[in-house]
Amino acid sequence: MSRAALLVLADGRFPAGGHAHSGGAEAAVGAGRVTGAASLEDFCRGRLHTAGLVSASLAAAAALGTDPVELDAAADARTPSPALRTAARRLGRQLTRAARAAWPSAELDALRRAFPKGAHQPVVLGVTARAAGLGPADAAYCAVYESVSGPATATVRLLGLDPFEATGVLARLAPEMDEVAGAAVCAAERAAGEGTDVLPADSAPLLEISAQAHAGWHMRLFAT
Amino acid sequence: MHLDHASPHDGPGAVGADALRPDGVRRALRIGLGGPVGSGKTATVAALCRALRDEASLAVVTNDIYTREDAEFLLRAAVLPPERIAAVETGACPHTAIRDDISANLEAVEDLEDEVGPLDLILVESGGDNLTATFSRGLVDAQIFVIDVAGGDDIPRKGGPGVTTADLLVVNKTDLAPYVGSDLTRMAADARAQRGRLPVVLQSLREEDGIRDVADWVRSRLAAWTA
Repeated sequence: MSRAALLVLADGRFPAGGHAHSGGAEAAVGAGRVTGAASLEDFCRGRLHTAGLVSASLAAAAALGTDPVELDAAADARTPSPALRTAARRLGRQLTRAARAAWPSAELDALRRAFPKGAHQPVVLGVTARAAGLGPADAAYCAVYESVSGPATATVRLLGLDPFEATGVLARLAPEMDEVAGAAVCAAERAAGEGTDVLPADSAPLLEISAQAHAGWHMRLFAT
Repeated sequence: MHLDHASPHDGPGAVGADALRPDGVRRALRIGLGGPVGSGKTATVAALCRALRDEASLAVVTNDIYTREDAEFLLRAAVLPPERIAAVETGACPHTAIRDDISANLEAVEDLEDEVGPLDLILVESGGDNLTATFSRGLVDAQIFVIDVAGGDDIPRKGGPGVTTADLLVVNKTDLAPYVGSDLTRMAADARAQRGRLPVVLQSLREEDGIRDVADWVRSRLAAWTA
């Protein structure tokens, strides 16, 4: 395993489209549910243990070599909001492009052929980790970190939140990110033997509902 | 599907600047239009579409900051059929989407070629940004930077990557110069001093055929691309 490759993949500037997404933070700010560092932390914690865990499990399973087509179907089943499914596929397509340029691999090429308009982003993330010589824990960590870093960065832009406070939120969540990444890897290992149905399906209904409403906003800074 | 047994790499597609599409056909020429907020980028795009749509197969990608305003302006003006106009969302950072992370824009241009192609030319309009915002060479083949006389006649002198390095600099709204106290002669001289041999066009779209010089420049790029 290359620790440096993990840093390349996890870098917020990795050009795979994430900058245009707030992970539901814009909708939460608009509804008055996120107003500062404390409520941002609550929001991120909720996202980490639901969408974050599910994404990390899918990514870890893909990194273990589980069939991406099956995993993509499992991701679809775990994403009720059509707007979020569309966004996840768009981000998956964008990640596929960046990953193929960064770590050319037959598996990524095959994934692109199977999903020309994009597979779910966490699935692509796992296949990318494999191509980069990384393991399931690395893939899980990337997914877990993305699940909270996206909303934190977006909230800095949306609220003018002090960036030091936003980074403090992420740092305080680090021990929980470790736990969720660990749980995701365990689930992925189980799924390798028992099938993708055993992957976590924790959901945050308000994230799904507000994503759907947000997609209809006329004025917004972020795509989701 | 068993990815472990997948065939070797298929053709290009991982990068955006390749002149050929995966099917081996030459892709459309992509020209970016950037510049500060309100300088007339969308109006220039609209005028270019009207001037060129009968002689070339065109499409437009807009990068709006927080609405679909620019895309909707072009739709209302009916400069092109709606399926030839795509809007990209930029997450509060227009320069990121055209320079640092071009993936959403590359998808938009590829989807346009797939869905309404074959295309000769795609105009990629940036969201209004600052004087340092330029397009990645992975996204566009040439770029036009649009400033206007009302934004201050010292902008060409101040320079910056857009003013100094764009393939074409357009100083727009020359009809307003007398009303805002801008010295056109000085703006043109400053621009030439900053840009060496790179061309500068002063235009007013209020004039009959005001887009002529920019349209001719685009025609020459198109001719060079297809040669």
